[in-house]
Amino acid sequence: MKVLVCISNVPDTTTRIKFAEGNASIDTTGIQWVINPWDELSLTRALELKDDPGTGVKSVTIAHVGPASAEPTLRKALAIGADEAVRVNAESSDAYFVAAQIAEVIRKEQFDIILCGIESSDYNGSVVGGMISEFLGIPSVSAVSGLKIENGNAVINREIDGGKEVVTIPLPFVAIVQKGIAKEPRIASMRGIMLARTKPIRTFEPVSVEPLTQIISFEKPAPRSACKFVDAENPAQLIDLLMNEAKVI
Amino acid sequence: MSVLVYTENWDGKFKKLSYELVSYASGVAKMLNSSVTALSIGKVEEAELKRLGDYGAARILSVDNEILASLDNQTYANVIAEVAGKENASVIIISNNNTGKAVAPRLSVKLKAGVGSGVSRLPLSVNPFTLYKRTYSGNAFAHVIIKSDVKILTIAQNSFDLIETANNAAVEKINVSVDNSQVKTKVQNIQKQTGKILLTDADIVVSGGRGMKSPDNWSTLVELASALGGATACSRPVSDEGWRPHEEHTGQTGKIIAPNLYIAVGISGATQHLAGISSSKYIVAINTDKDAPIFESAQYGIVGDAMKVLPKLVSAVKEFKK
Ligand SMILES: Cc1cc2nc3c(=O)[nH]c(=O)nc-3n(C[C@H](O)[C@H](O)[C@H](O)COP(=O)(O)OP(=O)(O)OC[C@H]3O[C@@H](n4cnc5c(N)ncnc54)[C@H](O)[C@@H]3O)c2cc1C
Repeated sequence: MKVLVCISNVPDTTTRIKFAEGNASIDTTGIQWVINPWDELSLTRALELKDDPGTGVKSVTIAHVGPASAEPTLRKALAIGADEAVRVNAESSDAYFVAAQIAEVIRKEQFDIILCGIESSDYNGSVVGGMISEFLGIPSVSAVSGLKIENGNAVINREIDGGKEVVTIPLPFVAIVQKGIAKEPRIASMRGIMLARTKPIRTFEPVSVEPLTQIISFEKPAPRSACKFVDAENPAQLIDLLMNEAKVI
Repeated sequence: MSVLVYTENWDGKFKKLSYELVSYASGVAKMLNSSVTALSIGKVEEAELKRLGDYGAARILSVDNEILASLDNQTYANVIAEVAGKENASVIIISNNNTGKAVAPRLSVKLKAGVGSGVSRLPLSVNPFTLYKRTYSGNAFAHVIIKSDVKILTIAQNSFDLIETANNAAVEKINVSVDNSQVKTKVQNIQKQTGKILLTDADIVVSGGRGMKSPDNWSTLVELASALGGATACSRPVSDEGWRPHEEHTGQTGKIIAPNLYIAVGISGATQHLAGISSSKYIVAINTDKDAPIFESAQYGIVGDAMKVLPKLVSAVKEFKK
């Protein structure tokens, strides 16, 4: 059984976002790039499945759409334990474009389980995983917080609006994962870092796909008014302000 | 041409969220000189369906089919695509909740329609079709153009006010082509959250962080939430420690919420926490450390010990509510 984990390369989650001249893009100077937090968790779960001989998972591949500058992030994922990486050599112009590229990789190489994060922390789109599944015409399950393989079948915990479900689904499928899929992201060991140096990163050229969306500019969130402090000895004043000034209770 | 809005129901009832979506759809329809068609899937009484008209739906289509009782992403996308085609929809509106995130991307590929997700305002323009959406986990907002003929928007919950526009819409029961063999997701077990206000639906949220010190200290926090008619939440370390259930974790890697009021108790205000709550209309912080970063995002603050402040707040709320 082969698992594919989609990896997005994003600014570290503590980054103070600044815009480049004209606000049409992000100023990337000084940004630390990391594996998207959910992708790190998917990768961890994929490796746990591979470690368990009962699951039949034999290999974990990572896939990324982006320029060569993302390779340090891919090496990090290889150091954590992925067997190999595939990079589609193109700017990730929009989610539709990215999903179409990854779907093409899957068509060529055939995977049984495809894992994507519920969103990337930069674009917050929540669509790539679902799009891949539709390009391939295979099932998808979203908001996945648990994934097990039992007798060759996938048993999945998912969150629905207002509850939780356990579902089963035939392979191959795309699981769009969120919190709970793995406890803590696995970190690279010294040995892992050594091994990653010689693991393959194969490069694919993109297929021609017209993006459907385009970012034209960015703006900062509206500033908030300064904090009004209330004396700790008199919290009733806070309730008064919330009722009569903010009018929210 | 029409604006199609998918309105989810919960045990046959719509929620504020459903009416927000219809209100939003009416706003878009007005900009396009078009009209709103609402689609409901599941068993919903006629009187309940008609309520969608109060927020501007001109037509209400109801699909009631046993096969659609649980969510199979592929089947739902097929149904919505079929209706969108018949209705000649140019814009499709869905919630940015779990169902919306499961269905919208499949629908996008099926219809070759660009998606704007997590949209929190009406389009900035309809020609070109330009959206305002959250990016960088709330640290930036982007203007995004959708270039395809059909557009799909997923709307952030609690970000759009209800607009009542009396409209005596007719309910039409319609049939769609589905068969059981298409359904690949088989539900083995369901655990519904009942009796409690869902965190994502709540107008008021009281949230505790590591500053609460121990799970044993949560009773006054829960009491404050219930006195205010709100829900409870927590920071990530609190759910990681198992002090509170995972469903309560808000932030970058947890739930993203936008209540009218978010009260952060013993929470430092790390960027990853703010990523989940920065769209709240008002943030209140209670923290012993006057330099805690949470105060930079808060409109009201109390510098003090949560254990002493919370009981006083509970009695104050009870007093005011009398
Ligand atoms: C990739 C990534 C993703 C993350 N995602 C999330 C996320 O989704 N959500 C999230 O919350 N965090 C997330 N984090 C963690 C985040 O960085 C912070 O560590 C976390 O938010 C801190 O939680 P806290 O505020 O409860 O605890 P702390 O930072 O320890 O703060 C506790 C606060 O309580 C105050 N305090 C102490 N005693 C009292 C008292 N008696 N009364 C009142 N106040 C008191 C202290 O002054 C302090 O400000 C993420 C981190 C990473 C790296």
